[in-house]
Amino acid sequence: MEVSSAEAALSVSASSIRITDVTQDGDVLTFAIASQKLNSSAGVCVFRIYEDFDWLQQSLFSQENLPGLQGIIFPPLPSKALPSQSNTQTKALKQLGFLALGQDWQSYCKALEFYLQQVAAHPTLCKCKALDSFLINSESPGKQRGRKGIFNRLSQAVEEMRKESHKDVDNFFQNERNKNTNLAALSKVATEKLLDVVMTEQKLALACGHFATSLHLCVNQDDAAAVAFSKVCLKLSDVIEAVNRNFEKVASNDLSTLGLGLDLESRYQEAEKVWECVLMIACKLIELETVKKGTEKAKASKREVMEAFQKAVEKEFNLISSVAKQEIERFHSSRVNVLKNFLIGWCELQLNTAKEFAELYSQHLEACRNMYSE
Amino acid sequence: MLLMECVLHLYVSTVELSLDSPLNDRKKKDAVKPSLSAPAASVASSSSKAPSKTLEELEEEESEDKFDLNISVTNPEKVGDGMNAYMAYKVSTQTSLTMFRSKTFTVRRRFSDFLGLYEKLSEKHSQNGYIVPPPPEKSILGMTKVKVGKEDPSSAEFVERRRAALERYLQRVVSHPSLLQDPDVREFLEKEELPRAVSTQALSGAGFLKMLNKATDAVSKMTIKMNEQDVWFDEKIQDVENEEQHMRKLHVMVESLVNHRKELSGNTAVFAKSVAMLGSSEDNTALSRALSQLAEVEDRIEQLHQEQASNDFFTFSELLADYIRLLGAVKGCFDQRMKAWQRWQDAENMLQKKREAEAKLLWANKPDKLQQAKDEIAEWEAKVTQYEREFERISATVRKEVIRFDKEKARDFKRQIVKYLESLLNSQQQLIKYWEAFLPEAKAIA
Repeated sequence: MEVSSAEAALSVSASSIRITDVTQDGDVLTFAIASQKLNSSAGVCVFRIYEDFDWLQQSLFSQENLPGLQGIIFPPLPSKALPSQSNTQTKALKQLGFLALGQDWQSYCKALEFYLQQVAAHPTLCKCKALDSFLINSESPGKQRGRKGIFNRLSQAVEEMRKESHKDVDNFFQNERNKNTNLAALSKVATEKLLDVVMTEQKLALACGHFATSLHLCVNQDDAAAVAFSKVCLKLSDVIEAVNRNFEKVASNDLSTLGLGLDLESRYQEAEKVWECVLMIACKLIELETVKKGTEKAKASKREVMEAFQKAVEKEFNLISSVAKQEIERFHSSRVNVLKNFLIGWCELQLNTAKEFAELYSQHLEACRNMYSE
Repeated sequence: MLLMECVLHLYVSTVELSLDSPLNDRKKKDAVKPSLSAPAASVASSSSKAPSKTLEELEEEESEDKFDLNISVTNPEKVGDGMNAYMAYKVSTQTSLTMFRSKTFTVRRRFSDFLGLYEKLSEKHSQNGYIVPPPPEKSILGMTKVKVGKEDPSSAEFVERRRAALERYLQRVVSHPSLLQDPDVREFLEKEELPRAVSTQALSGAGFLKMLNKATDAVSKMTIKMNEQDVWFDEKIQDVENEEQHMRKLHVMVESLVNHRKELSGNTAVFAKSVAMLGSSEDNTALSRALSQLAEVEDRIEQLHQEQASNDFFTFSELLADYIRLLGAVKGCFDQRMKAWQRWQDAENMLQKKREAEAKLLWANKPDKLQQAKDEIAEWEAKVTQYEREFERISATVRKEVIRFDKEKARDFKRQIVKYLESLLNSQQQLIKYWEAFLPEAKAIA
């Protein structure tokens, strides 16, 4: 099959894609997406809602004339956020995990931005017309819905296949599958535990804030002794306030880097799980097809046709297999790279925060010692 | 190619399935919260000695009450078995004051001895308006655990908490210039064996409440403003009351802070474990190593949190608890002053009555009872004078005591802030070390 001329490369630079703003109108979040045109200094900005992202994902899946599409590990799209007032933080956390934390949907936007960058950076997916259209058309893409009817029946079949242990086509895939299952579970746990840590850091910050404010209650200007003590209390208040900000900073660092990274890792592992399932099914179906056709071999007159068909099926199977292997390589190196960057980013942020606050505490200490010798 | 379409539709549906599935097994907590190991005795006592010693030296250069006396309470040891068991503490004194027999000496004391000391001091000095520092509270639950021999971190924590409290108590007693002169104090510090103190009714929370109410009642009884000095006392008792309320609020907040820190420590430990497991399952060598290093860093951070929690606790929580009790003692002084005033007023009234009685006798012309009346008048005039003088004396003492108390309070709090900041700074510097060590590991991932 020939690649049609419609599959031109993406017209914007993948790394320049940014979600620059998000506005909330009732239940609906609107995202402003900016990117830089290749071969030009012009920038593009479009406005999209979640349904548009969904449309994009669907379009990527249903591309035609793209051989070996089943071998591709699709970048995972975060779930839809439900920003209505009745949605408490607990509900939001359950639904979105880490992405629910952070101010003004920052984490969520970052995750969506990452998704777009990953799609745009994928050697095959970037060629999808839908992506280009998504990023540069001022009009929003049409919303395509209603295909979910058949999915429920098929998804049940998937669940059943997951439970049974099917012999994989290759040992390579079997190993990969085992590792993936393991890593998926572990990274999910790690994400949850980090979330616990961040929540506690925020609680601590809040408790410090209350303490700092309450110290102002002790201010009393009645006499010299009271004034002196008030000064001490206010000093302590300043110190505790600093501790408050320290914790807020640490929590925010955790959130914006490691939290995001682990969350992404977790979702990627989930995506790989699904992909492996799909691969299994594709291979199984191909087997079935081959067998079915084989029984019809009885008609000798059609032998040539049968053989030709079998060859075609085998060729397709090999193509899927090779694409799949490539994808796995790519997936792992990309994944490791992503984690590396998040870990470095996180470490640097925390290091800077630690230095910043060491300096601040040092100043407070100096001030206290001077106050003391008054 | 229907086959392919089917497969793709399948993919879409399953992707939606799995990606939409929420973190539904976040039902609480398989997280095992590690029990807070008792902060090493050295943390509390040495950190209260090392930096504050230099501060104390500065203090001594400034203050007029120049005394060189260092007390430490150490080595809690369980003596005996079962319900008759008790903790014995080593009380060590280092001094150059001549009133003591030697320069350094050590005795063993038990909790009831400390309470006994307080009883004696209170009996002698409270009525004169002195602020006698209250001892640490009795804790039936805490002690029962120790007696029963429960070797768990909470009973170790209890013992450490008590040891530190006893030390602070003694330090406050000896820093009071008048109390230091009391022979009972000297005996407590020096004498080998002390007679066992009985009827040690440590002032419980209820006892303090009673004192609280009495003081405020007494103030309302005082209807005649005699001079501006009384205004000072009126305002002061109100201040003391407000301050006590504030400190109680602050104490609650610090407790909350301490608990959150302990929780953070627990969560960090659990996170560290999960990262370690992730690291050991990871194929990529450099990433695996980095994750293992990360788990170690998090473990060390957990340690820092634990130490900081202990620091929060001992620096502020106990400080506030001490001062809430001390303010109770301050209110006690005001109460004593009120008693003295009442005595004086009652004497004045009695004198008035006697004079009226004399006048009646004169008018009724009963000369035989007159002498008795005159004698009684003289008696009550003397009492009035005595009680007035006592009232003025106690007023002066209370005033002086309150001023001294305020100064010491400011100094105490300042000292604790400095100590706290020093520990905060130390933590941060440790963190910097940890992150600086980890960064190259993260960068080495390929």
